Order: sequence, then C-alpha cells, then structure tokens
Amino acid sequence: MSIMLERVSLEYPNGFRAIREVSCGIGRGERVAIIGPSGAGKTTLLRLLATALRPTTGSLNLLGADPWRLDRAGLRRLRSCIGMVHQVPPIPPRQRVVTAVLAGRLGQWPVWKSLASLIYPADIRGAGQMLARMEIADKLFERCDRLSGGQLQRVGVARVLYQQPDLILTDEPVSAVDPALSDRIIGELNREAVARGVMLVASLHAVDLALHWFPRIIGVRGGEIVFDLPPVRISDAMLRELYASESAQVPTQDNRPLETVPPGVRRRPMYS
Amino acid sequence: MPRLALVVFLLVLLWPGFRLTEFDPAVLFEAHSRETMGKFVSTFFPLETSAEFLRLVARSTLETLAIATAGTALALLLAAPFALMITRTLSISRIGPGPGYVLGRALRLPVRFALMFLRSIPEIVWALLFVRAVGLGPAAGVLAIGITYGGMLGKVYSEILESNDTRPAAALLETGSGRMAAFFYGMWPVALPELVSYTVYRWECAVRASVIMGFVGAGGLGQQMELSLRMLSGGEVSTILLVFLLLVVLADAVSAFLRKVTA
Ligand SMILES: Nc1ncnc2c1ncn2[C@@H]1O[C@H](COP(=O)(O)OP(=O)(O)OP(=O)(O)O)[C@@H](O)[C@H]1O
Ligand SMILES: [Mg+2]
Repeated sequence: MSIMLERVSLEYPNGFRAIREVSCGIGRGERVAIIGPSGAGKTTLLRLLATALRPTTGSLNLLGADPWRLDRAGLRRLRSCIGMVHQVPPIPPRQRVVTAVLAGRLGQWPVWKSLASLIYPADIRGAGQMLARMEIADKLFERCDRLSGGQLQRVGVARVLYQQPDLILTDEPVSAVDPALSDRIIGELNREAVARGVMLVASLHAVDLALHWFPRIIGVRGGEIVFDLPPVRISDAMLRELYASESAQVPTQDNRPLETVPPGVRRRPMYS
Repeated sequence: MPRLALVVFLLVLLWPGFRLTEFDPAVLFEAHSRETMGKFVSTFFPLETSAEFLRLVARSTLETLAIATAGTALALLLAAPFALMITRTLSISRIGPGPGYVLGRALRLPVRFALMFLRSIPEIVWALLFVRAVGLGPAAGVLAIGITYGGMLGKVYSEILESNDTRPAAALLETGSGRMAAFFYGMWPVALPELVSYTVYRWECAVRASVIMGFVGAGGLGQQMELSLRMLSGGEVSTILLVFLLLVVLADAVSAFLRKVTA
C-alpha cells in the first residue's frame, strides 16, 4: 500500500471535525475519484494526503513514510513527490504562465537553479509541452491574471504534470472548464498516471466524469466514507442517497441525467 | 460583540491620550500665541534667493538625498533577511513539530526582539551616538537611518508578506520547495508593489529624518536649516521649506512611477 490511513480524524482550529475516523488504503498505480456533496470533506481529505494538514488523531502513511515523523529534509523530499492541483489555483496574478508551470519542480531543483529560472526560464520546452497537453500552449508567456478561470485551472494541472510526482492529487481540477474539455483534461491526467504508474486521487464534482474515468470511487459525506467501490457496483440509489442533503439530483456535467446513459457503457472505466 | 468591545476600548484609550497631551485647540487662537507665530511667519517672506545661498542649499539637498538613499539602502539590506526569517507563512516548522523544527521556532523570537530593539530607539538618539563614534557629518546620519529603518522595514515587510495572499507560497512549500524559492515564486510577485511603495514611503520619511538629524550635526539640509533658524533668517527657512515640499513631491512621483512599473 502506498497510502494508508488508519482511523484518521481532522479537527479544524475552530473545533469543527471535518474528517471522522477515516480508514482506507490506496495501492501503487491506483486511480481513485472522491465524490460527495459540498462540504463533505473532499478538500480536507486531499489536504491531509498533501501533508498540508496534520491529522488530529490516527495515523497516516504516505509513500512508505509517516510524514509527521520525518525530519525537515525528509519531509521536503516526500513533499516533492506529491503534487496537488488546488480547487482555486494558488498562482500569483502577476506571474507568467511559464514560471507558474516551472514552479512545479522547485522541490527538485537546487536553489540557484530556481532563482536563475526567474531571470531566464530554465526549461521553456518542458513547460510548453505540458501546456500543450492542456491545450493552452499559446499562453506560455502570458501573465496569469490575463487568463480565464478555466485556463488558469489548466495552468495548475500543467504545473503538476511538469512536477512528475509519484502521487497526483487533484481537487476539482475542472470545476471551471466546459464539459468536453473537462473530459479531455481528466483523460490526460489518467493517461499520465497510467503511463508513469503513479497514483491519482481526484475529487470531482461531476459524478459522470468520476464514473467514466476512474476504476475506484470513494463517496464521502459528513467527513466519513460512505462507500468505496468500483463504478460498476455503484447504483443510482447509492448516488442519490450520497447527495440527498444537497439537491434532488445527482450533480453531473451540464446536469445531464445519469439515467439516460446505457448502463455498462459509460460506467466502464478506461484503462482499468 | 468582540468588535463592539474593541471600539469602546479604543475610545476609552483615546480620551486620556488627549487629556495627557494637554491638547486644547483654543490655545492656538489666543491673542498672545497668534502674535508670536504671526511675527515669525512674517519674516518668511520674501524667500532668500541669493546665488550663494542657493548653491549652499543645492549642496545640502544633494547631501540629504544621499543620506536618505544610502540609509534606506542599508536598512533594506538589514531588513530583508530578518523579514524572511520572521515571516511565519514561510516557516516549515509552523506545520509540524519533529526533529529539526525546534531550532527554527527558537530562532524567530530573538530576531523579532532584535528588530524591536533597533526601531525602539529613535533615529535621533542613534545619530547622536554615531556623531560621537564617526564624527560630525553625513556618515552618522546614514548609519542612524540604516539601523532604525532596518528595524521598521523588517517588521513591516513581514507584515506585508503575511497580509497578502499567502496560498501561493504555502502551496509551493507543500510540494517540497525551499523557503527562498517559495518566497521568490510565491510571495515576491504578489507583494512586490506594496513592498516597493512602502520602501519609497520610508525613503521619504528618511529624507525628513535626515533633516532632523542635521540639527545634531549629521549633515544635509537639516544642518543648513539649523543655521538659518539660529540666525532667525525666515527667508532662508522658507526657501529650505520649499525645497522640502519639492522633495516630497519628488518622492510621490517616484513612488507612483515605481508602482506603475511593478503593477
Ligand atoms: N479552515 C477551516 N476551518 C474550519 N472549518 C473548515 C475549514 N475548512 C473547511 N471547513 C469545514 O470543513 C468541512 C469540509 O470542508 P471541505 O472544504 O473539505 O469540503 P469539500 O468537500 O471540499 O466541499 P466543496 O465541494 O464545496 O469543495 C466543511 O463543513 C467546512 O465548513
Ligand atoms: Mg473542496
């Protein structure tokens, strides 16, 4: 197992328990989608896996180490193997796209190279390739505040692709992108994970995307795992129940009803 | 509720402040004070414009600018590493105790205190000290400004860095980036305009401070002003005041220009 959570809980400083005694394991090369209503704890769970939050109780093992028992250098090394696409891309508005993408390798580069790259980008070709995969190669030298929300989100994905981490975490990476493009981007992330044999854990708002692309789906609600199953074994009733508190409908891209999809076709994940 | 309490608290704090300083606007308008002030102000005109005096003023102005600029540069060199050290969002130790983290935390407190010490002593005191150490002249002013303003800049820089969007830097630290790289990739582009405009503002203050320090013999326009005041030649004083005004206008223009460049 490359990720192991044992009875992990997380309590925010204000006392709110966002994750309650979650246990689960994710093996090498597995691709997992996390779905659940807003406020379920998807972001919190991903931030735990990104070592951005420390579990209040329980134990966490990432890529063979407990991040909270490592020393400074060890934690840095572990973190450079973890890449996170944030729900809102944390990129300075004035930064150029090429710099934002190259920042993915800061954990691997020596300091002098990082600083020199600010003066002249160290790997324009590499950054360009990742942007091309996100279909925004023409924005290479644009400033990030001149991009649309969806384009900025794709810069965030390109940064993580450029980082080449052993664990790819993505938090609603396509929430600002139209359905057809969303499909291609999630596809690209899956291709990357399969090609390099690394783990991909993605929280997704659109259930149809999750069911289509991922061989394993974890449903989260109220900080707990409700189900953890391959898509073929997830019934419409389970989905309706998961989202019961939020709306009458299970969220999908463009609110296309899930029912119209012939069962067994869309739900067979690719690359499984 | 705590907000309301805070407002009440501030008001309660403010009132004794006015009482203690014997602040009473009416005094300004009493006949006696009006007369003394009026007499002094009336000697301000006409401005002193003799070529010789203007040459003196020009020299002193350049000296003042040089003191302020060199002092601010010194302060900047002093402040930058300190600010990086005490900025909590750049701290890796903040998120997890473990071997090697205690040192970082232990180091931050003395640095904070050092900055407080530097700026708690007014520049005029430093100037008096340095005038004794390095003799009369601009060097004392440069050192005094460098030290006091180093303390101020260090504190305010770290506050600016922490009050801006810190998520970019945090996100970089979370992917294993070092503190320097996280600063230059995640904070620098966010905070640059604010850092620049504060530094220029401080430079403007340094111009003023160097004038005051001139009174204790640290060179520049202040020394000139002191002579003119002592000789009660209002015309010279007002010429120098006009130069001050021009300097402030200049500082404003520089600040506006730099803001536009860095935006
Ligand atoms: N910094 C915080 N302090 C306190 N509570 C928080 C904090 N961040 C999130 N929460 C709470 O924790 C719960 C889970 O939040 P989280 O962001 O993980 O939800 P999510 O599943 O990602 O939701 P969404 O789909 O809207 O992004 C929410 O109820 C939220 O209010
Ligand atoms: Mg979220």
